[in-house]
Amino acid sequence: MAVDIQMPALSPTMEEGNLTKWMVKEGDEVNSGDILAEIETDKATMEVEAVDEGIVGKILIGEGSENVKVGTVIMQLLEDGEDESALSAPAAPAETATPEPEAVTAPAANSASAPAKSAPKPDMDLPTNVKMVETSVRDALRDAMAEEMRRDEKVFVMGEEVAQYQGAYKVTRELLSEFGEKRVIDTPITEYGFAGIGVGAAMNGLRPIVEFMTWNFAMQAIDHIINSAAKTLYMSGGQMRCPIVFRGPNGAASRVGAQHSHDYSSWYANVPGLKVVAPYDAADAKGLLKSAIRDPNPVVFLEHELLYGEMFDVPDMDDFLVPIGKALVRREGSDVTIVAHSRMVGRSLEAAIELEKQGISAEIVDLRTIRPLDTETVLNSVRKTNRIVCAEEGWGQSGIGAEISAVVTSEAFDYLDAPPARVHQKDVPLPYAGNLEALSLPNSQDVVEAAKAVCYRD
Amino acid sequence: MAGKTKTLKTNRKELLNLYREMLLIRRFEEKSGQLYGMGLIAGFCHLYIGQEAVVVGIKAVIDEDDQMITGYRDHGHMLACGMDPKGVMAELTGRSGGYSRGKGGSMHMFSTEKKFFGGHGIVGAQVPIGAGLGLANKYLDNGQISVTFFGDGAANQGQVYEAFNMAKLWDLPTLFVIENNQYAMGTSIKRASAQTELYKRGISFGIEGVQVDGMDVLAVRDATIKAAKHARSGKGPMIMEMMTYRYRGHSMSDPAKYRTREEVKEVREDHDPIDMVKNRLIKEEWADLDSLKAIDKEIKAIVNEAAEFAKTSPEPDPSELWTDVLLEVEA
Ligand SMILES: Cc1ncc(C[n+]2csc(CCOP(=O)(O)OP(=O)(O)O)c2C)c(N)n1
Ligand SMILES: [Mg+2]
Repeated sequence: MAVDIQMPALSPTMEEGNLTKWMVKEGDEVNSGDILAEIETDKATMEVEAVDEGIVGKILIGEGSENVKVGTVIMQLLEDGEDESALSAPAAPAETATPEPEAVTAPAANSASAPAKSAPKPDMDLPTNVKMVETSVRDALRDAMAEEMRRDEKVFVMGEEVAQYQGAYKVTRELLSEFGEKRVIDTPITEYGFAGIGVGAAMNGLRPIVEFMTWNFAMQAIDHIINSAAKTLYMSGGQMRCPIVFRGPNGAASRVGAQHSHDYSSWYANVPGLKVVAPYDAADAKGLLKSAIRDPNPVVFLEHELLYGEMFDVPDMDDFLVPIGKALVRREGSDVTIVAHSRMVGRSLEAAIELEKQGISAEIVDLRTIRPLDTETVLNSVRKTNRIVCAEEGWGQSGIGAEISAVVTSEAFDYLDAPPARVHQKDVPLPYAGNLEALSLPNSQDVVEAAKAVCYRD
Repeated sequence: MAGKTKTLKTNRKELLNLYREMLLIRRFEEKSGQLYGMGLIAGFCHLYIGQEAVVVGIKAVIDEDDQMITGYRDHGHMLACGMDPKGVMAELTGRSGGYSRGKGGSMHMFSTEKKFFGGHGIVGAQVPIGAGLGLANKYLDNGQISVTFFGDGAANQGQVYEAFNMAKLWDLPTLFVIENNQYAMGTSIKRASAQTELYKRGISFGIEGVQVDGMDVLAVRDATIKAAKHARSGKGPMIMEMMTYRYRGHSMSDPAKYRTREEVKEVREDHDPIDMVKNRLIKEEWADLDSLKAIDKEIKAIVNEAAEFAKTSPEPDPSELWTDVLLEVEA
């Protein structure tokens, strides 16, 4: 029977793509490895290669078709000795034709419904008539770097694949063409070395932005981040400066296994001499990164790969800055405070909607900066709601939630109607299997349950 | 077609065997790419297509008990070590029948039985570990060597040189095999290395290095025989720079815009490791197109069986989430 060629998924998060071009026509002979078609995703144009050899029987999805779902049969291939009669056989959608749901959309890995856009931004202090532009987190980060590079010649960016490849996750897209090789520097795979070079350049008057392809790889470089960058001001009695931004995606992506899914929030939050920022939406990503680049201190800037593609409103202003060190109440509520940062803010906002339905009014505090911690905003909220849930993606022990629980119990003990609750990743390395990964990572349901527990509901 | 495989000494049995081993990897990887496209494999998946001669040529002439260790582009190494294609493929799909029971994924598989030490996701990290395998061999005086594989990109990591220094200082029985496929993700070796002849990277430590045509399985075989003898006889490590090429993108989601289609085509058509062996087999009349087709069919059946297993093996039991974090210690 003819072999069905399906619209392939070229990345873990791809759900559909455009079929831009067929490189073969009906009747052509193809061998394994031949290029069959070109498809386009939101990130890139890619080629589809043949796995089996045979004759191109029927092309089912024409050139130029848009939004073709992954798994759609796009062409049928006749195998050795088959003729066209094989085609009329009903193209039985083999069992394997339906992508395993957990593989394509690992529940914990997809956040289609982010209700964040409607969230209030009480402290934004914006001019009243400012226009909002829908922007992805990815582009907001890029715009922040571009604006700061235009503003200050001393700002430059270096890291693996940041220049010619346009960034492994396309966050530095088009920076090379605007700023040239001197200021957008591709490094070898040598994190320890280039982090140190960044520190030296910062000490000697430049303002480096060092991109780690992911923070997992910064473990190679953590000595320079902590020993060389964070401690220098202090050790030099206030003489030496190290204005540097270390940035990149942090935490779990989708199905990339234990060594590529580490959340370092609490690691860096532990270190005096660093500022640590972990934004959720695009406006904060932009405003905080601009502040980080201008900050005279070393800043660890933790992004999230699974947020890069999400769209949010960003104020269309010449110079939109968000101050480091200030949390944001993203949703006001009266029954329970939920404190989160980075992607867990989205999960918590979802949880708040569910809790609302169950008659619980949740207040969501987005920490945005995890060092210095804006304990005032957290405490004010707890004094109002008398209950707190701390949600984070990393492990619980010595985590951000542990810290906040300690702060709240020591500073607002009398206000608490229940012990603080924590939501976090299970205390194991992140497994690859889709079902185990979903069990391991915290989701909005976990937040709902923790909130109900501190409200003594159910 | 380049390559000494045209002329180097071999025989029917050996060459057919090498052919079969390389073809198994090629077909396995093509199938993996297909399962990825169908959403059955997720995350990162780095295919070994094009580089088959390196691991097959090496494995053919080292001892059964010698260890191998590599990075994340590891499917070929596992198959060459004799690990079961079903268990490897089921790990790619994250199922309980996989080598790590679904908990490792494409980049993290191990087999103590087959002396395969992983399967590592951090570029360069396997290099000192590989030297450490060598340290244990020397310490235990077991006559074994370790073979440590890493890429041209990994060759720039600092820990590689720390490992080189100690490996020579202590004459550890290990082979450092640099799989120079010309690119580290989108960065060509010229754009990342001040000195691109990687076999010379051990000179300052006094480690001998050789450059080998890594597309030519018999050339790999011959170089490895010499290097393994060197390491096993107590003379310490050797560096083998294998000149090779990966046909596919770095991982599944890499559009590979940093090189031309012609460049890939040229290697595929003129330097393919499998075609090279195929041509010699035919020239020597050790096989004809029909018998080779029969082998291909056999291999396809093995791969299809592995894929079927990988699709039908159940997901790991939820209780598996909590196992294997630490070993219990009796009080
Ligand atoms: C320490 C570290 N930095 C970066 C990465 C991301 N990364 C994975 S593979 C790779 C390229 C490695 O290239 P090379 O060593 O030539 O091996 P190849 O992929 O060509 O087999 C990079 C940058 C990583 N996994 N670990
Ligand atoms: Mg390489």
